[in-house]
Amino acid sequence: MSSRLWHAAERGEVWLAAVLALVALAAPVLNLFVPATSSLHLSTYGITLIGKYLCYSMLALSVDLIWGYCGILSLGQTAFFSLGGYAMGMYLMRQIGPRGVYGDPILPDFMVFLNWKSLPWFWQGFNHFPYALIMMVAAPGALALVFGWFAFRSRVSGVYFSIITQALTYALMLAFFRNDMGFGGNNGFTDFKDILGFDLHSDGTRVVLLVLTVAALAGSYLLCRYLTGSRAGRVMRAIRDAESRTRFLGYPVESYKLWAFVLSAAIAGVAGALYVPQVGIINPSEFAPINSIEAVIWVAVGGRGTLYGAIAGAVLVNYAKTYLTGAFPEVWLFALGALFVCVTLLLPRGLAGLLPGRAERNGEKGSPKRALVGLSPGRVQNK
Amino acid sequence: MVVPGRAQKTDDAAFLAAVAELREATYSDKTAIAERLINTGHPRVRATLTALLEDRLAFRNSDNRAFILKSAEGDPAVLIDPLTLKDAGQAPADAITKVGTNNTLRRTLRTALARYSLASPDASVRLDAVREISQSLDENTLFLLRDRYAVETDARVRKEISVSLAMGALDSDDAQARLRAVRSLSGSLNQDVRNRLARLVDDEHDAAVRSAASAAVAKIDSWRGFYGAIETMFFGLSLGSVLVLIAIGLAITFGVIGVINMAHGELMMLGAYTTYVVQTAMPGHIGISILVAIPAAFLVSGLVGILMERSIVRFLYGRPLETLLATFGVSLVLQQAVRSIFSALNRSVVTPDWMSGSLRVNDALAITYNRLYIVLFTLIVFLAVVLALKRTRLGLNIRAVSQNRAMAKAMGIRTEWVDAMTFGLGSGIAGVAGVALSQLTNVGPNLGQSYIIDSFMVVVFGGVGNLWGSLIGGLSMGLVNNLLEPYTGAVLAKILLLVGLIFLIQVRPRGLFPQTGRAAEDE
Repeated sequence: MSSRLWHAAERGEVWLAAVLALVALAAPVLNLFVPATSSLHLSTYGITLIGKYLCYSMLALSVDLIWGYCGILSLGQTAFFSLGGYAMGMYLMRQIGPRGVYGDPILPDFMVFLNWKSLPWFWQGFNHFPYALIMMVAAPGALALVFGWFAFRSRVSGVYFSIITQALTYALMLAFFRNDMGFGGNNGFTDFKDILGFDLHSDGTRVVLLVLTVAALAGSYLLCRYLTGSRAGRVMRAIRDAESRTRFLGYPVESYKLWAFVLSAAIAGVAGALYVPQVGIINPSEFAPINSIEAVIWVAVGGRGTLYGAIAGAVLVNYAKTYLTGAFPEVWLFALGALFVCVTLLLPRGLAGLLPGRAERNGEKGSPKRALVGLSPGRVQNK
Repeated sequence: MVVPGRAQKTDDAAFLAAVAELREATYSDKTAIAERLINTGHPRVRATLTALLEDRLAFRNSDNRAFILKSAEGDPAVLIDPLTLKDAGQAPADAITKVGTNNTLRRTLRTALARYSLASPDASVRLDAVREISQSLDENTLFLLRDRYAVETDARVRKEISVSLAMGALDSDDAQARLRAVRSLSGSLNQDVRNRLARLVDDEHDAAVRSAASAAVAKIDSWRGFYGAIETMFFGLSLGSVLVLIAIGLAITFGVIGVINMAHGELMMLGAYTTYVVQTAMPGHIGISILVAIPAAFLVSGLVGILMERSIVRFLYGRPLETLLATFGVSLVLQQAVRSIFSALNRSVVTPDWMSGSLRVNDALAITYNRLYIVLFTLIVFLAVVLALKRTRLGLNIRAVSQNRAMAKAMGIRTEWVDAMTFGLGSGIAGVAGVALSQLTNVGPNLGQSYIIDSFMVVVFGGVGNLWGSLIGGLSMGLVNNLLEPYTGAVLAKILLLVGLIFLIQVRPRGLFPQTGRAAEDE
């Protein structure tokens, strides 16, 4: 971290860095070197769970980058997450090789089952990890580029943008449910064996995946942090707070929005790619619009426009979800619903807004301050 | 009718005696006995012969009494008394002997039974009988039909008979008769007639008849295609009107007060559950219950909507994205509340009699009543909303507030109250849409989810705040969806539609009918 960044670091950020470092160091030790009988032992399930939360945190980070800094509320962020996941899933499926149920050395089981004779063109190359790695970023990025180019160019914004991103992920979900698409239909991909030659079921691989996730999260955080702290970040905030004014000042608003959107899609794609080998399955229900909306609430809980708040929000809400769906399954949806309502009504700055010393900074940044002023009817732009 | 008395008793005795003869008779005797049974005119002849035809007539071995069996299979067999048609206990399968039939006897029985229904005083029974007979045309049945044709008075039955007679005449040896038959059949729309004519094109020796037949097939095909297109359009319209019904409520809240109500689907679900509750509360009056449910659902959903507006939405005006999240939270709570109260299982809402069945316009076009009613219902609701906005005091206030809030306030309109009422109106209409949906799909906690994305697309497509836009947007989305479906399948059609709409929004970011004037201006 450069010293400039360090000086600008906020208290929440420091805490976040400390916790992440702790996780990256302590979790492997507690899992691999503390005996299973000890109460300090961290089970492999625990490792997977933490890894899952951290992937969600990256997704939340990608939402915060565009929602918190550009005012673009995408309700289709899981489309990018799932595409990244599918790219990784395709690589993992090819790695199974002849160990599948039908024993075909090339075709994954579901293709044999559907009586396909050869690999479709879009599956070519996924047996090479570097290619798969590129696709994990390129596929979601390209979708965001095309979709965003059309949308921003014709000034689709605010609620309109939210609704068509929701329609986008919904359409993708329906498409991936089809067997003809060649992505395993509603079963998706599962039953993975190994990644780069390492057994996916071994504790060591799990731990390495977790450490990689921490690294990816930290890396994308620093990238977002750098971007939002730069001149470009200031333009982005200007777009969020007064889009027309920024445009009239001569800034190419559309390009800023577009590239922020593409970057956010790429981060979501990496998150999805890390998510799949850890949870061991990817299927079309990951595209469900509700997942995208949940990701938005993680950001809202943690604090929109802070980056670290998004990460904290994702972990907290998902921990609550794991706990409540296990202990009181009836209560979970009530709790989540109440969370949506309470956070938007009572905590417009999220948990980050509760941290001391942020209030005045937020004043200059935050759109929530403009909350109750001027209700212009029929206006659907979030400005 | 005959009063039960001595005459009835003698009839019964003669009837039973004739039935008893069936036990020992040869197949050719059985045919004669069946004829004799019909001639007695006894009210149970039909049931008995139907049972004989379906292999369900048997004699008990112990006392040689005749019984009708409830079903041809099953051990022990359930016995029914042939005179009273009441349950007469059970008997093991080996304690009874069934009356056997062969092909000739069965054909005779079928004809005999059809003649029986042909003489029915009810025209629709006669119509069914003619249709039944036309499935197995031969000398006897044609003779029967010709007989009936001479005395038939009902126009539809006459027409059906003449079609059957012409179908029979296609087998005639006389080429002229065949030609006449082909000509008279060329106006039909029936699939069977078409197939029969198509077969004739292949088999016919006479060139004139063959060309007439192929012309007739082409004509029938083109008409069937035409009516098929009408049917597809109607299906599309009915699907579209469901969307319109859902979108009207959204258009009001979205368009008039600029609020995205993500709980709209759940307000519909509440309406559907209200229908279920009303129906459960008045089990004897299914037909009326649905009419009671409409205002009830409007009130329930409307009140929940007003409650939402007062407690949550009003604090978020001017922040549409936050409103979207908060109302989404409400939708989750409502879903789980319904799940806790009514369980996660689907509840079945009974379709009243007057809504089931279909309107048979002709052989190629049948319109189901529930679709027809949905289209009509949507139009009524739409007109009611338009009138409410144009002609009532509340409507005037709503329009004033949506056009210029500050000015409306200055003129003394209580804008807060108008906001609450507008939200309540939109929510109430969602409830009414829920009543309609309860007739189309399962009533369950996820009911709202399945339609909500489509209806958002309708509102965005039609243009925010424009009821007519929603109407045209919804209907055309339904139409396009149904026109695509035969070529692409249901799922792909939906995907294409969504993708198409995403592109359309690029071209017209404000929908088909954008709002104009002051209200549409950005800050």
